[in-house]
This record gives sequence, C-alpha cells and structure tokens, in this order.
Amino acid sequence: MANATPVMEAIDETLAGKRPVFEVVYEWATTVDHKKIGLMYIFLALIFLIVAGIEAILMRIQLAVPNNHFISPQVFNQLFTMHGTTMVFFMGMPILFGFGNYLVPLMIGARDMAFPRLNAFSFWISAFGGLLLYFSYFGASGLYGAGSAPDVGWFAYAPLTAKVFSPGHSTDYWTLSLLLSGIGTIGTALNIVTTTICMRCRGMTMMRLPLLVWLFLITSCMVFIAIGPLTAAQIMLTLDRYIGAHFFDTQAGGSAVLWMHYFWIFGHPEVYILVLPAFAFVNEIVPVFSRKAIFGYPAMVAATVAIGFISLSVWAHHMFTVGLGAAGNTFFVFATMVISVPTGIKIFNWLATIWGGKIHFATPMIFCVGFLFQFLIAGLTGIMLSAAPFDWQLSASYFVVAHFHYVLVGAIVFALFAAFYYWYPKVTGRMMSETLGKWHFWLFLIGFHLTFDFMHVPGLLGMPRRIYTYEAGRGWEMWNLIVGIGAIFQVVGTVCFIFNLIRSCFRGEIAGHDPWDAWTLEWATPSPPPSYNFAIEPTVHSRRPLWDLKHPEDPDSDYE
Amino acid sequence: MMNTGTIPISTQTEPAWVLPSRGTVGMVCLIVAEAAIFIIFFVSYIFYLGKSLTGPTPAQVLELPIFGTVCLLSSSITVHWAVSALRKNNVRNCALGLASTVLLGALFMVSTAQEWYHLIYDEGLTIRTNLFGTTYYALVGLHASHVIIGLVMLSIALVATLSGRMKELHTERLEVLSLYWHFVDAIWVVVFLIVYVIGR
Repeated sequence: MANATPVMEAIDETLAGKRPVFEVVYEWATTVDHKKIGLMYIFLALIFLIVAGIEAILMRIQLAVPNNHFISPQVFNQLFTMHGTTMVFFMGMPILFGFGNYLVPLMIGARDMAFPRLNAFSFWISAFGGLLLYFSYFGASGLYGAGSAPDVGWFAYAPLTAKVFSPGHSTDYWTLSLLLSGIGTIGTALNIVTTTICMRCRGMTMMRLPLLVWLFLITSCMVFIAIGPLTAAQIMLTLDRYIGAHFFDTQAGGSAVLWMHYFWIFGHPEVYILVLPAFAFVNEIVPVFSRKAIFGYPAMVAATVAIGFISLSVWAHHMFTVGLGAAGNTFFVFATMVISVPTGIKIFNWLATIWGGKIHFATPMIFCVGFLFQFLIAGLTGIMLSAAPFDWQLSASYFVVAHFHYVLVGAIVFALFAAFYYWYPKVTGRMMSETLGKWHFWLFLIGFHLTFDFMHVPGLLGMPRRIYTYEAGRGWEMWNLIVGIGAIFQVVGTVCFIFNLIRSCFRGEIAGHDPWDAWTLEWATPSPPPSYNFAIEPTVHSRRPLWDLKHPEDPDSDYE
Repeated sequence: MMNTGTIPISTQTEPAWVLPSRGTVGMVCLIVAEAAIFIIFFVSYIFYLGKSLTGPTPAQVLELPIFGTVCLLSSSITVHWAVSALRKNNVRNCALGLASTVLLGALFMVSTAQEWYHLIYDEGLTIRTNLFGTTYYALVGLHASHVIIGLVMLSIALVATLSGRMKELHTERLEVLSLYWHFVDAIWVVVFLIVYVIGR
C-alpha cells in the first residue's frame, strides 16, 4: 500500500515530468472526492491565514509606538476590515469545514458525502467568494483607481455602508463575497447533516457516533439558522446600495439598529459555529492521549445541543450600549451567562477524561492542554463582559478585542493546530516532526500570551479599538509594544508550523495506519485512505470500533 | 498494533439497518435554511409597518390577491396528485398533475405581475418610494423568485414525464421536489397573512 500522499504523488510526478501540470490541476479542480475537497478547503484556509496574518502584523507595527505614521488611517481601516472578514469567513469556516469534509465520512464508515457534486460546488463558490473579496484591491476603484478594499469593519454597521458614506464599490465586494461564501457554507452544512443522518455504516447508531461527528452535526444545524440571516441581510444591503431600497437608510426612516440585530443574530452563533468544531477535535484527541474513553459521552452530546440552542438567543449582548432598555439587557445578560453552564460541563468532562489517565504528551495533546487553559480564561473574560454594566465601561475597547482573540486564537487555533498534528499522518501517511512541533507550541504559546494577556491592559486603561494611532503619555505605549513583540513570536511559531507541514510531507517518518493507537474508524483505513475509503463497508458494535478489534478479549460492545 | 485495512463484516444477525432518504433530509435542511432567510424578511416587513415617512400606505394601494392565492394553494394538491400517481406507476396522471401544477403556478405569477404593474404604474410605488415599497417588493419578490425556481424544476420534471423518462423508481425525487413546492406554498400563507391581512 502506497504511503505517499496524493498531494505528494502529484508533486513528485509533476517534478519528475511524469504527469503534465495541467492534468494534475484538472484532476483536483474537477474532483468530487470528499477527502480532496477537504484538503483544498484547508489549503485555501492556510493561504488566507497567511494573508490575514500579514494584515494583523501591519496593524501591530502601526500601533507598536505612539504617533506612528507607518500606514494611513484609510489603509488601517481596510486592514482591520479585511483581517476580520478573512479570518472569520475565509480562514475559520473553511478550515473547520475542511476537517469536517475529510473526517465525517471516514468516521461514520461512509464512502463519500451524501451529495459529492454539491460538495465540490460549495467549495468552489466559497473559494470564489474569498477571491472576490481580495479582488477589491484591484477592482473596487482598485488598481484602476488604486487599492480600495472594504473599510467598514467586518460587521459593516449601517449607515457606514450607505452609498453616501461608502462611495465606490468596496462595500459591494464585501457584501457579494460574503453572500457567495454563505451559500457555499450552507451547502456544505447541508451535506454534513445529510451525510451524518443517512450514510452511517451498519451499527453506527446516533449514540455511537464519534463526538466529532456529533459536534459537526450540531454546528451544521446552527449554520442553517445563523447564515440565513446573514444572507438575508446581505441581500437587503445589496438592494439598498444598488437599487435604492431603504432597509438601513436612516434618512428614509430605515433603522441602523436593525442591521446590528441581523448581523449579530448571525454573528454570535458564528462564534459557536467556529468553536464547536474546535471542541470536536479536543473530544477526539484528549481521550486517545489519556488512554481513556471520553468521560460522560451523553452529557457531552446534551451540552452541545444546549450550546446550540442557547447561542441563538444571546446575540444582543453585542449591543448593550445601543440602548435596548433594561428588560432587553437583562434578558441577554442572563442568556449569555447561562451558556457557561453547558460549556462548563464540557470542560469538566475533558478534565475528568484526563484525570487518572496514562497521559502521553505528544504535540497534539500539549496543544489540547493549552486549549483547556486558554479556553477557560476566555470564558471568564466572556462572563465579565456579559455583565451589562461592565460592558458599558469596556465596550469597543481593547479588552473586548483581547477577549475574543482569546477564544478565536487561544481556543480555536490551538485546537486546530492539535488537529493538524493528530490527523496529518492519516492524510499524508507521514508523521509531523515532534521537535519542530514542540518549538511551534512554545513559541506560539509565549507569543499568544504576550499578545493577548497584555492586550487586556490598554483596554482597561481606556484604549478604544479600531484607532489607528494614539498620542504618547496615556500609559498605553509599553503595553502596545509588548503586544507587538508577542505578535512576532506568533509569526515565528507559525512559520515553524508551515515549514513542518511542508517538510514532513517529504521527510516525515512513515506513519502506518494507526500511529496513535486510536479507536475511531478513520484509523482503520490505510494512510492516506483510498478514494473509496473502505474496501468493505464496516460494521460497528460500540463507540470505539477499533478498540473492539484490537482487544477481542474485552470489547466495549460488552458494556454498551 | 493492528494493521488491518478494513473492519471485518460481522457474522452476527443484526436488525435491518434502515436510514432516512438522502433527498428528503437534504431538502428539509434546505427548507430550514430558506425559512431562516424568509423570517428575516418577515421581521423587516413587520418592523417597518407604519414607519414610512411618505405615502402610499399598504391600506391605500394593496388589494387581497384572492385569485393568485387560490391558484398557488391548489397547486400543492395537484403536485401531491402527481407524486401519488407516479408511486402507482400511473405516468399519464403524473404528467397531468405536473402540468396543472405548472399552470397554476404560472397563473399565480401572472397575478403577481399584474399586481406589481398596477402598483408601479398606477400607484407610483417602487422599491425606492418608501419603506413600505422597500420591504414589500423585497419580501414578495423573494417569494416570487422561489416560485420561479420551483416552476423551472417542475417544468423539467414535466418534460421528463412527457418524454417517458420519469418512472416509478423516480418517485422519491419527485417527492423531494414536491416538498420544496409545499414549502413555497406555506411561505405564501405567511406572506398573505402578514402583508395583506395584518399589514393592511
């Protein structure tokens, strides 16, 4: 069985001149194989990660010292808009759905997704959405008018987006690219739900699904309810801008607050759409490296469902300062705080899984441990902000920025890195370097804490977000400098990671089918899995099918 | 470490392994996502009721579209006939059911077109006029675009039936399409209530 990856084979053969480049490109561009589509999602997301990372660095350079004139205010506005939009829509969601695409069919013993061609369509339309966003640098009033990316913030509050305040087409590029990628996201989510419900192998009942599949199922259900409002709001904004409708036009009686509601009805569940897949990775990795079955499987499922429901009723905690009235604020304060209960259940269950386990600190596991600590802190600052009076004080300050980067980077990105190290052997047939992995972990961990721990401080000292420079003597200078230095550490860590990804593809140790001695179905296939996944469709009798196979004397199925 | 490529098939006898159909589940997912989009447009319509700064108001210009509503709602029955006929392998009745569905849907679109023509040229209400125009055309237009998509798909099914390509084994696919059509009809009931009954 070949241990080379399809990617590698393609590269090797192209380099050796065996296959023309065109043929390889054609094969990938027309593929409907869920694994290749998953890899393309991840590749696309990594490209956008680099681009949006560069944007973040430019902003940190600008803010590192007071009275800086490194970039102009206009460019700064474009940078934070593009950074946020890219990271959420073209890095976060594609990379998570890439993993979902790759893993869900494998884990439930299916040969492909339920609708393979819809799957390819969803990928390409999302990719096109991302390209469209960046095409604004050329097209909006762009190179033939020089560089006008969207500059209205990733939330694009009305009436900033009105034709009067945002002339030209930069906002249109933003709207249309999100509309397109939204359609792609809904398509992928539909595919994942249908695959999970209709393509399970014999014996894979709902309560035997790997937790990862459960979490992707809930995430996808949330996508339907969350992305719909975004799509609707984008249609309305497009109507406003193109044919003179008045949805968000305050001059004609339209409401700017309505846009905020619509955006955050999407925007808050979106946070959970991003974080639930991260939980999903941790759910798979922590038990394997603790050598224990996950603690409280039914409680984990129930907590996930609860998070899904509650997250739909908390959106207005982004709007405490708008003036919703006491009743509105109180409701959203409590709804927001209630969500910490199921989240707490999850953290307890992970700790209980680790408790008394034979812990093996391989790179995926140390990233998961980092995740556990940082997610806890992110949750705590979240609860602080969910108290309306506290939020009134700190809304739109750097404290908020620090809080959500703690969730997005400290939790999601750490879980993602863990997932990369964990499933890389399955995808490529080779292990990633542990040494480089540890370097990556420590550099990134130090960088992360330098950046985002200290970012809380200027927030508390009153530094507003989205300002492009500040005068000296306000007590913000030192903190911003530390934050900037932390960002450099993160960059170096990420470079280690990318180097590791590429190098291991050629030089990595051969992994075999099941290098981690894991127990979910994807490890029952060769690495990398053939295009049909399973030669014979598997039958399962418990939550840990491979455990049953490896330990016939004491299978899980006797206990379930 | 076990290096088996696959999991062996169990020799035990197990209960039959029946899973829901992909088409139905997929369509239900699509309907949920679409419903979310429609809800946002409904909310906008209700939120902006009576907030227009200038006329005309809904009460001045809107009339109950009884004819179109009857056509659209009865087309749900005819599409159901088409599916049941196909299930019994009665292709002729299936074609008849589909043809009447397409006809009724087209009649609905004609009545909408007449209504819009009247509103635009006689009453001077466009999407730019005021908030009522904005929300009205957006909501009714969103629904109408769904009707048109449904009509295109139903027409394709009709052509397939007439040319003899639609067989009993395609019942499930037609059923999935009919689900979509029922959804479009159900949305119209809400549009009718909000725009023409409450909104007036």
